[in-house]
Amino acid sequence: MFAAAVTSGLVLGGMYALIAMGLTLQYGVARIMNLAHGELMIAAAFAAFWLFTSAAVNPLVGLLLVVPAAFAISWAIYRLLLIPLVARAPNRDALEVDSILATFGMLFVIQGVMLVMFGGAYYSYSFLAFPVTIAGATVAANRLLALAFAAVIGVALYLYLTRTRLGTAVRAVAVDPQSAPLVAIDVRATAALAFAFGGALVAAGGVLVSMFLTFNANIGVVFTMKALIVVIMGGVGNLLGCLVAGLILGLAETFVATFVDPGLTLATTYAIFLIILLVRPQGLFGTASR
Amino acid sequence: MKPAFLLAAATVAVAVLATVPLYANGYQLSLAITLMNYTVLATAWTLFSGPTRYVSLATVAFFGIGAYTAAVLAERMAWPWILLIALAVGLAVALIVGLSTLRLSGVYFVIFTFGLAELIRQIVTWYEVNVTRTLGRYIFVGIDPADIYWQLLGLAVLVFAAGIVIRRSRLGLALRVIGDDETVARHVGINTTIAKVALFALSAAFMTLCGAVMAPRWTYIDPAIAFSPVVSFQVLIMALLGGVHRLYGPLFGVVPLVLLFEFLLARFPNHFSILVGLAFMLIVYAIPQGIVGFVERMVRRKGEAA
Amino acid sequence: MNRGLSRFAGTLACAILTLGFSGAVTAQQPTSIKVGYAISKTGPNAGGANITQIPNYQLWVKEVNDKGGLMLKSVGKRVPIEVIEYDDRSNSEEAVRAVERLITQDKVDLLFPPWGTGLNLAVGPVFNKYGYPQLAFSAVTDRAPELAKRWPNSFWFLGTSKQYVDALVDLLSQMRKDGKINDNVAMVSIADGFGIDLSKAAREGFEKAKFKLAYDKSYPIGTQDLSPLLGEAQRSGADTFVAFSYPPDTVALTDQAKVASFAPKVMFLGVGVGFPLYPQRFGENTEGIMSLGGWQADNKGTAEYRAKHKAMHNRDPDYWGSQVGYASLQMLEQAIEKVGKIDREAIIKELQTGTFDTVIGKVKLENNMPVNAFPLIGQWQKGFFTGVAPAGPGMAAVVVPKAAWKQ
Repeated sequence: MFAAAVTSGLVLGGMYALIAMGLTLQYGVARIMNLAHGELMIAAAFAAFWLFTSAAVNPLVGLLLVVPAAFAISWAIYRLLLIPLVARAPNRDALEVDSILATFGMLFVIQGVMLVMFGGAYYSYSFLAFPVTIAGATVAANRLLALAFAAVIGVALYLYLTRTRLGTAVRAVAVDPQSAPLVAIDVRATAALAFAFGGALVAAGGVLVSMFLTFNANIGVVFTMKALIVVIMGGVGNLLGCLVAGLILGLAETFVATFVDPGLTLATTYAIFLIILLVRPQGLFGTASR
Repeated sequence: MKPAFLLAAATVAVAVLATVPLYANGYQLSLAITLMNYTVLATAWTLFSGPTRYVSLATVAFFGIGAYTAAVLAERMAWPWILLIALAVGLAVALIVGLSTLRLSGVYFVIFTFGLAELIRQIVTWYEVNVTRTLGRYIFVGIDPADIYWQLLGLAVLVFAAGIVIRRSRLGLALRVIGDDETVARHVGINTTIAKVALFALSAAFMTLCGAVMAPRWTYIDPAIAFSPVVSFQVLIMALLGGVHRLYGPLFGVVPLVLLFEFLLARFPNHFSILVGLAFMLIVYAIPQGIVGFVERMVRRKGEAA
Repeated sequence: MNRGLSRFAGTLACAILTLGFSGAVTAQQPTSIKVGYAISKTGPNAGGANITQIPNYQLWVKEVNDKGGLMLKSVGKRVPIEVIEYDDRSNSEEAVRAVERLITQDKVDLLFPPWGTGLNLAVGPVFNKYGYPQLAFSAVTDRAPELAKRWPNSFWFLGTSKQYVDALVDLLSQMRKDGKINDNVAMVSIADGFGIDLSKAAREGFEKAKFKLAYDKSYPIGTQDLSPLLGEAQRSGADTFVAFSYPPDTVALTDQAKVASFAPKVMFLGVGVGFPLYPQRFGENTEGIMSLGGWQADNKGTAEYRAKHKAMHNRDPDYWGSQVGYASLQMLEQAIEKVGKIDREAIIKELQTGTFDTVIGKVKLENNMPVNAFPLIGQWQKGFFTGVAPAGPGMAAVVVPKAAWKQ
């Protein structure tokens, strides 16, 4: 029973981590608290659904179409809508608050467009839903795939950010956007890149998750909140921290559901979140400079 | 403008507003109730978030506490007692929350307050499901929409009065210093924590009472209805639109936005979300200081040019 | 500056108010019958409203208008229906205000109800105050009889939680007597009005029939992973699994049970089993799964209704509330035609006392609620969600045990 809980917890956590990784890039590097994050994920889920049901394109192939599109759209959003806020913000805190408000408006617009296109009904399809037995527990293959993707992307991005030049530039902007130009880093371009990349990541998450989730146009906010929790728990901007925090959250939820009371799962999530905010606001792996 | 004149004008305004239920039809009274409700909430919000610059999304946490307490106690005691108990619960929660969190900064406070509302909702749900075994509460108290309107009007008057009294007091001065620069405030010996907590609690008290007053309108209250997250965000944008640097600022955000929402809901039911989002973004980009701030800047510029 | 702005805001407000609201001029001869409704097009209720309610409203209005309108004896001709619809955003306050707007500003002749128990209760006092008939068919509450007394203009078509539980418990007791299942039941419910109401009634019903609740837990709305609950249910050794769930969790429960190869002898799930997306998603694996509602395979009325619905909306109706809702609209139409004019008090009286011909059969209400008018418990059998309880003519025999999952 314990092994089953651990496996289920990790798989659930994988989904959370996958969804949150994009946001940690957007918030950590570009300093944009993107409340429309969940909407982009659901939009990607709708795209995958549409490709699968109308064009019989399987979601894994659909990834190749949706992810670059999301990258381009996010880059455009940053350049057109968010740069003006960056330009006029007197300090980091002001930009964060401003970006919350602007992306909140964006949330309504994107949700509105999806409502007009698809209505409020529930949508769901099934892909790779066969069982896989791992470590004494049976999980669905598509959920396991989400976990695998999260792990691979997390590690790959971590290596990219620490071992390559562009990656180090991204980290420099995350740590200190004031000093980064002093070492010839184009802060705006780097931030735009990070934001676009974050959008691509969450779209990938949306496509993968759509394989097993029943969704409608209204549930984006639920995922934005979960992503926010994971991002802050893991330390803003820290991808490995995000992965670990997501897994911890998944484990916590599953353990509470199995050993305590399923009714307290969400309460536990929020309680953990609030405690971390109070005790260690920089997150489990964040640096104290924040 | 002389204070005596302002006081007279305000009294006349309140008297006029008090007569609304006498000639308004059902829908107009509904609209008036909504306007009053958001006026109280947005002004109470600005009471705290204006001077201290802490953006709070906890509005619905307290509103919900008020509404839910009223729902639970509805058929068991007289209305004034219900209000008193709701107030006490709201204050207690506000003090606990305030004391533990007012050292968080900027965006963390925003997210914390949002998480708080959700946490309270989950706890209330769990308690109801497992301990009392009834989730929805029915309120059949015989309270007329007109009564609700007058109670809200009373609350609005109190909120403004409280704001004015605080501004003129030492607490108000302390808060202005904190808002400008908290470090300086601490250095001149202001107990910033007590000041912030007191104000947070006062703001929460009004929100809680507002929720309790509104509860009988919906006959059936469950945690999802009482703690609807949309309320916090709507109060936020109304206050921001109006301008948070003056106590009367939110009023200029509440009235246009409530009417705008009504208009959009009635005329464009299928595109409401898109239009609201665009309107909101317009506000953020074009009028960051809010209407009042914008107008004040215009006036100042004209004054400088003259 | 202060006053100038106030004046401007005031004028703007007046302008918007006058612009935004249709100034209907009431004619002496009705040229149209105005029907209004506020429904959840957005928000958490949208999923249910879009399947059960909105298509029915649109279908009925189109059918009536295709005939030329509602037949009003008092003017001797058919008068077409004009629809005014608003989105209540799944919000009680919006719903109340929208209904007020429909009644006092748009001056509608008739109102359709909103979706769900919460919203129907919120608008109940308003419907009652102005005397409009409220034909609620997406609300399940044990207080329905009390509400019908308090608001005699309200009609509660889906019944009470107790009715569904009684039907289910009777069915299970019979299966136990036949030796097909054991005493143990594993029950999960969503932590929302629907789940709590039904699970509370179920707890009492099971206890009275001497069933043991081996597992009894509730889960919050928005739970993504239900496999821990399914694991516990599996371990509890219960032959019967009952879930009072909403569409996303109903689908998740089915999906995760399939993956875990958890196939209890009786599997009863909540809302969503009767939705078109359920057989689309699970195909043959729906076989044997039970839920609320159900249709009768030999009922020509509902078969015709289904064809019409499919033709207009390109998807099937749901197997629970849809047919009941359509029947309620037919009853409204017949009541109006019997009364001969838009006299709401008379229409309400006619609904309370008359007998009507509808797609679900002949319906006569008792205490503003239907009695034995439609199946309460249904089961997927060979691609059709057929009614299996309460026992009576036209009910199919229940199939137990549920077949194993086909991976």
